[in-house]
This record gives sequence, structure tokens and C-alpha cells, in this order.
Amino acid sequence: MLESVLVANRGEIARRVISTARRLGVRSVAVYSEADAALPFAREADEAVLLGPAQPAASYLDAAAVLAAARQTGAQAIHPGYGFLAENPAFATRVLDAGLVWVGPSPDSMEQMGDKINARNLMERAGVPVSPGTREPVADVAAALVAASEIGYPVMIKASAGGGGIGMSAAADAAQLEAGFETARSRAERFFGSPAILLERYVERARHVEVQILGLADGRVVALGERDCSVQRRHQKVAEETPSPGVSPQLRARMLAAAVQAGEAVGYRGAGTVEFLVDVMAGDFMFLEMNTRLQVEHPVTELVTGIDLVEQQFRIAVGADVSFDPGSVTPSGHALELRIYAEDSKRFLPSPGTITRWAEPSGPGIRVDAGYAAGNTVTPYYDPLLAKLCAHGADRAQALERARAAVAAFEVAGLKTNLEFHADLLASAEFTSGDYDTGLVSRLRA
Amino acid sequence: MSEVRAEMVANVWKVVAAEGDTVADGDTLVILESMKMEIPVIAEDSGTLTKLAVSEGDVVQEGDLIAVIE
Repeated sequence: MLESVLVANRGEIARRVISTARRLGVRSVAVYSEADAALPFAREADEAVLLGPAQPAASYLDAAAVLAAARQTGAQAIHPGYGFLAENPAFATRVLDAGLVWVGPSPDSMEQMGDKINARNLMERAGVPVSPGTREPVADVAAALVAASEIGYPVMIKASAGGGGIGMSAAADAAQLEAGFETARSRAERFFGSPAILLERYVERARHVEVQILGLADGRVVALGERDCSVQRRHQKVAEETPSPGVSPQLRARMLAAAVQAGEAVGYRGAGTVEFLVDVMAGDFMFLEMNTRLQVEHPVTELVTGIDLVEQQFRIAVGADVSFDPGSVTPSGHALELRIYAEDSKRFLPSPGTITRWAEPSGPGIRVDAGYAAGNTVTPYYDPLLAKLCAHGADRAQALERARAAVAAFEVAGLKTNLEFHADLLASAEFTSGDYDTGLVSRLRA
Repeated sequence: MSEVRAEMVANVWKVVAAEGDTVADGDTLVILESMKMEIPVIAEDSGTLTKLAVSEGDVVQEGDLIAVIE
């Protein structure tokens, strides 16, 4: 097992990783920006090092500052969380070159999967179903129009180096494509440092379902079930559940096998997620992208499998066996995650501010992964995720019931949150029925 | 006269309009950025932009004046 780990992240995920480190007796080092000094993660780690000012580029994205903090504290390993430097192969290479353990896949696997166009081509060659789309970057509007007429409208315009739903937009026809293309290019450049754009078929009645995989130290790749992430606003996830109510046992078996194939195609090690689009009408699925890191919504998988994914990441990173029998993983019950954001419940506009009251719910099956506590200030510099409220039950009905009670009991004051949205979601006939798709949130808010 | 104010704490990412411009209801004046989201600030009136109180890179607080349209 590791002796020590530096967590190169902030908020709830840094706290989450630190808590597993603590349970396993691994010394933890937090790094934080000036804006985050008072947050729980910076206080709960065994040591904490100030990286710099609030702006991500001057702190959490400053690779040299993170490596200096590792040297200064004698940390043996770096866990990147998600976002920031987590999917940056150049950073992973620097970590390894510094003689440290990188808690993640090889820089080569990250590179291959990080470029979405390359990932799609790779999956297609490996025999994994891929949606119709461009096989190379789309140079300009003219090329986009030609490509889209071959793919068929509506199309999704995406940054090839992108992620997190940022800079994505759908175009229903040529006029919308013309209007959206340059914006997508400039956002791709600004947020991801590469203007490469890809187009792919946009499926309107689709579910977004992903598979958790683990590439083991001995080279095997195992799938730990799926997560349904179809509850989205602005193409970003708001709630997730497992198992997916829209996936039959036959479809699940095919998706899990395809995810394992995807991992094997790049010699994947550690925790990763293969995202698919499920065409509800056709009952078919297509590869979307692979996230080469721990996913925000990993707790739902942990709740139904009883497996601590961060512990497995630590073990795999040092070449050790995982703590469970990879041949006999049997998920139990149903779990859901609600992302509690600092945003209003109607228009989903950001709402930074100071938290004056914070009371988390508790009870059977309830897990809260929070990044903040009473007295903390939520600043505009980072994403709006305050906490993940998770509920586990023997079946979906019980998980929903527990989630409803927990949402009602969760008290946050001082800023706006989307707790009211979650109450509406859990009360809606469409979500409760399980028969929903990625258009659910806009229908709820229409 | 109508005053356009910030709805939240945010960074001013882009200033789209300039003082003296003739603007129409619905035009984008400024683009704010908060929590990794771009938030366009829209003119809610037509007229002349007589004041633009922010510059790119500024941090605005909720309620801060962004622009005046007359």
C-alpha cells in the first residue's frame, strides 16, 4: 500500500480521497488555493500546502506548484481527482518523471482517449459501436456543413479535447450549425487549448449511460456495472442512478462487454469510465467518450457494490491486487446521486456566496460527500458542486423514498441551491417511472 | 433610463458593447463568467448605451452596476 498521497484537487473530491487515505493509514497532503484555505478538505488532510491565488491557472492547474508541494512534503504519490490536471497526460508524465506514483492510467492511455476524435476511431476499429460522426477535426464551417449532411441532422458540435459538457451544442439544421460552429471553436480553444471540433449524430430520445471499469495491475479489465446519467442541464449531469432503469439485462451485458473492450484497447490501468449513448427507441448503444479518471458520480457504484473505488486506485497504482474478487462482483439494491449545486432551482444560474447554515441529512442508506461546511464561502472561480447527496435502498422505490426525505432534511442557507429542483425531480412522474431521457430537465422546467 | 446590474458574483469575461452604441432589447452587452459558466448580460431596453461600468477582468458583486441604457 501507499505510504502517502498528495491530492491535487479541491472540494468534495479532495475530501473523499483524503477520507479513504485516512482509513487505510496513508498520510494525506492537500493542496489549496487562497480562496479555499477554510474548506474542510484543506483542514482534514494530514498536511496542507498553499498553491497560490484563487484563479485555477495560478493554483490547481499549476503543475510546477503541485510538484513542488509533493517534493516539499515528501509525498509518494499524486491523486488528481477529476477535472483540473486529472486528464492531462503531460502532467502525468511529469509526475512519473519526478519519481512519484501517478494514481491514474498511463499517460499513453490518457492521450489516446483524451482526444475524442482519436478515441472514436480507436473504438470503431476495436469493434465498439460508435455514433456516426467525423473521423478527423472539422476545419471550418464549409467542411462542417458537408460533414453534417453526410451524418444527418441534428448533430452535436463538440470540442475534440473537451469534456464536462463545456462548449457542446446541438444543431438541428444548417443554419444552427453555421451559427454555432465558430462559438464552439473559440470555446474549445479557450477552455481546452485546442480548436479541434468534431461533429456527431445527436440522438434526441437518448439516455446517457456509462460503465465503470477498473484496469487491474495484472492487466485484466473488469466492469463494475453502469450508471444512468440522463438527468442533465446544459449537457451536464445533475443526478445519476444505478442500475439504469432503461437498460435491459441483455443490453447491460453488451455494454459492459464493450466497455471492457474499450479499456483493453488502450491497456487501461486504474479506474475509468466508458460513456455510451443509449438510443431509447432503437434499444441500441453507441460509444461517446472515455473518462480516464475517477468520475464525480462514482459513489453510486460504491453503494451497490460495497467497493471503495479510491482504495482500488491506490492498490492498482502500486501494482497490488484489488481488495475484492474481480470474478464475482454482485451489485445489491439501487443507488442514486443528486448533485447539490450552488445555483438557483429554476434557471440554474450560478449563486456564489457565504454558507450561513449547513445541515446534512443522515439515516439508513444516506451518504453525503460534501466539499463545504457552514461558514465557508463559495467563490465564482470553481464549479458549483457543493455536495453529492446519495441514497441507497433495497430497490429503486426505497432509494427514491430515502432520497426524498434526505432532500427535505438538507438545510443550506446563505446562497441559492438546487435542492428545490431535486425535490421536483423526485416528485415528477417521468423520473419516478424510470422511463426518461436527456430531455427530462428541460421538460420539467418548461 | 434602465440600469443593468449583475445578478451574481462573477468575473467580467468579455465586454461586447461600447459606450455610445445603440442597443436593442435582447442584445448582449457583456459576458460574465461564474463557476465555469458563461452568463450573457442582456439589454432589457432599447436605446443608447450611455454608461458601461465594467472592463474585462473585473470582478462584479451581486447588484453591481454594469451598464446604463437611455
